[in-house]
Amino acid sequence: MPTRKMTGRWRPAKLAAMTAAGLLTLATAAACSSSGTSSSGGSSPAATGASSAPAGGAITSFPRNETLYTSGTLYGAPSTWNPYNLGNYTTGAQGLIYEPLFLYDPSKGDLKPWLAESGTWDAANKVYTIKVRDNVKWSNGQPLTGADVAWSINSASTNAANPYNSNAAGAQAAASGNTVTVTFKSTPNYAAWDSYLWKAPVVSQAEFSKVPATQIATFADTKPVGTGPMTLLTYNATETAYQVKPDWWGSSAMGLNFKFKYLVDVVNGSNNVELGALTSGQVDWSNNFLPNINQLINGIGGYGFKTYYPNAPYMMPANTAWLEFNNTKAPFNNVNFRKAMAYAIDPQHIVNNVYGGLVQAANPTGLLPNLSKYIDQGVVSQYGFKYDPAKAKSFLAQSGYKGQQITLQVPNGWTDWMAAINTLAQDLKAVGINVQTVTPEYPQRTTNLTTGNYDMAIDNNANLDSTPWTYFQRVYNLPIQSQQTAQLNWERTNSPADWALVQRAGATPTSDTASLKATYGQLEKDFLQQLPMIPVWYNAAWFQGSTQHWTNYPSSGTANDAIPSLWRGYIGALTSIYALANLSPAPKAS
Amino acid sequence: MRRFLSRKLITYLIAFVIGVTVDWGIPRLIPGDPVQAYLSQFSLQPAGYDALYKTMSEAFGTNGSAWDQYMHYWQSILTWNMGVSIGNFPARVTTLVGQALPYTLALLIPAIVLSYILGNRLGAAAARRKGLDNSVLPLGYVFQAMPYPWLALIIPYLLAVVWHVFPLSGGYSNSLLPTWSWTFIGSLLTHWFLPFLTVFLVSLGGWAIGMRNLVIYELENDSSRYLRALGARERVIRRYAYRNASLPQLSGLALQLGVVVGGNIVTEIAFQYPGLGKLLYTAIGNKDYFLLQGIFIFIIIGVLIANFIIDLVFISIDPRTRLSMQGAPA
Repeated sequence: MPTRKMTGRWRPAKLAAMTAAGLLTLATAAACSSSGTSSSGGSSPAATGASSAPAGGAITSFPRNETLYTSGTLYGAPSTWNPYNLGNYTTGAQGLIYEPLFLYDPSKGDLKPWLAESGTWDAANKVYTIKVRDNVKWSNGQPLTGADVAWSINSASTNAANPYNSNAAGAQAAASGNTVTVTFKSTPNYAAWDSYLWKAPVVSQAEFSKVPATQIATFADTKPVGTGPMTLLTYNATETAYQVKPDWWGSSAMGLNFKFKYLVDVVNGSNNVELGALTSGQVDWSNNFLPNINQLINGIGGYGFKTYYPNAPYMMPANTAWLEFNNTKAPFNNVNFRKAMAYAIDPQHIVNNVYGGLVQAANPTGLLPNLSKYIDQGVVSQYGFKYDPAKAKSFLAQSGYKGQQITLQVPNGWTDWMAAINTLAQDLKAVGINVQTVTPEYPQRTTNLTTGNYDMAIDNNANLDSTPWTYFQRVYNLPIQSQQTAQLNWERTNSPADWALVQRAGATPTSDTASLKATYGQLEKDFLQQLPMIPVWYNAAWFQGSTQHWTNYPSSGTANDAIPSLWRGYIGALTSIYALANLSPAPKAS
Repeated sequence: MRRFLSRKLITYLIAFVIGVTVDWGIPRLIPGDPVQAYLSQFSLQPAGYDALYKTMSEAFGTNGSAWDQYMHYWQSILTWNMGVSIGNFPARVTTLVGQALPYTLALLIPAIVLSYILGNRLGAAAARRKGLDNSVLPLGYVFQAMPYPWLALIIPYLLAVVWHVFPLSGGYSNSLLPTWSWTFIGSLLTHWFLPFLTVFLVSLGGWAIGMRNLVIYELENDSSRYLRALGARERVIRRYAYRNASLPQLSGLALQLGVVVGGNIVTEIAFQYPGLGKLLYTAIGNKDYFLLQGIFIFIIIGVLIANFIIDLVFISIDPRTRLSMQGAPA
């Protein structure tokens, strides 16, 4: 059989064709992957209002002087804008598209009316009346009504799959025009309700009533209809692009006008890629943890980066990282052992060696600085702990600890925490506590903590909040179940008296600050005397802004002190939207 | 021929069943419950937790008995439904792979095929020209022995950071929307070039070295000596030597093309190139076992198809394979 001549001759024409074919695949693919482009705004008045868009409403590139590039929030392809999917909604779903009734301002410690023009309790603190703002429109052109707000509240209170279910427990909302009256089946949990007001989204009844109740937190919302300042323009595996609505209600009602037309949120690469993108001016606003960024701010190196505080700790505290242990096990069930550990730990080791000064040591109560009005300084100075190895050793001697090995775990790959537990282990070893560090994968670690199958861990699952209630509920929640799936009381501390105090605080109207302070003061005293867990440092809301293209980033202590964070639970809940609206174009370099 | 093909097909089918079964077991053997870890971000009360847990287990096919789950998995594969990613929930695995696959194919296929063709030519030429041997071969060794991550640092540093000839990373410029425009295609090309170049250079040296050694061996072979003794011209001998030397090289090419579907993790991470390697890496980082599972199915299918094609190619270029297929002793 004659074989076809197998020549090795290099034929340029063939190669060129092959290369061309390869590149054609690439181009087709990329063009097709733009199929994620949202068409929701296509026919809406909002989208046709985009002035710079050529006929057909399509743009081909983002003009640099009209675009804010952000990063630091997404680690995978954007896939849903469902604001109830708290584990996975894309940056901006809550805040840029869906909005809450109020915003919480941690700097002032108050709630700012947002979609609600006002919200008030009646004299008996039984009925909450919300006046919904007039002239707010959904991005499909329909007006926001009281019925939408009532539907959102009733979905939360009646649908167990709604993640705000416990916040709105017992609430029944009825709308009459733009007035929503909320009654409660029993005494409301005022603290949880306050959190609902600024955390939960208001969704369109027309859109969300179509979703089966069990899927409210999991269905893929890729054509979101919201009241927020932006619409979803396009998304793909590497970025999400939003377009500013020209007729957003906040422009007239709040005087907030965005100087950029597009907001492009870039999916994160590695740390060095992020730093490179920031230094080269490809990214303006970064919520990444970039170690040692403080060495590049205040004009050093000519980069012109800005952070929230111009000096240490540079970053705003966002949640408390604490050392958590299984209180049902020996040696942790002995209070002297817990105290020995508290006095053995020097948080400054972590602050300086792990975070390079970008964070700060936690208050012994574990409450964040925005709640300092509830921290009883007398209690802290009398019962608080601080680094004192000699005292640690004397507590250890009374604890019955025999030198057995105990493990300390954090999820694998959380590099700052992995460094932190090594530091903690050293501090503890220095007083004679035999600590072994381990790093299971995240799902394994979560299962370990949920089922109580662990010695010690680092944890921070109580986010920044408008009330100490969330934090103390996290610490003392009862009853203890075989699986603590609600992420509360992972340390399994069993103190019915303190849980009763937490419930009493929840049932105290927010306006009754004197009673609240008394109750929280008692909880703080119990906490410091018993130490069910040990607060160590405040994790921070990482932020650095580049002034190459945009300036006027927020800064603590100035009038422009909004919270510069696009993280889930921060944007669209805190004051980040003010920070975005306050940005102004950088003066052209001559 | 038919017997050969049916035998091959059965082998591949068995390999596929085993591959899929192992793949099915992966997320189930890993300690810890991914759904529980995911829902821990919701801070739900027990009733809500149970409701959501049920919905999500159904989405991931982790509810029911092991046998039900296994059957359900086969059903979803046969209907080309590779499941749902947990790190990008509720995005479908097919969507995510579909976004990434073209980048990987466009990057790796030209790089592998071009380096194969050019490398073999260079190696064969080096086998018979002293001057070329002394220059090409050491260079080949350098490129092959150089740690790839280092090359993937040096080249972008020079061409992107110092001289600003090419962009540093990404699939295309962030300032562009994917559209059919020359600007966009140009951006794709400039972003494609550096990762392509590094993969091409590293593979080139390997092919050249392999080919050079094989050709030298073949030229000293008894069959070549016999041809030479018969008075054949050196060009004819070289051509036969080259053809024989190509066979092992072709097997190597088959292996490389088979795993193309897995992407090139180091390259795609170094250049933040949005292909399958980066997707795989992100899936590992996010503990996204369900996405990993889906990607592995694509890799299994890719390897099997590539091997099958190479089997067929071998029939057409290697007379011995053809003969053995017809039952004659090789």
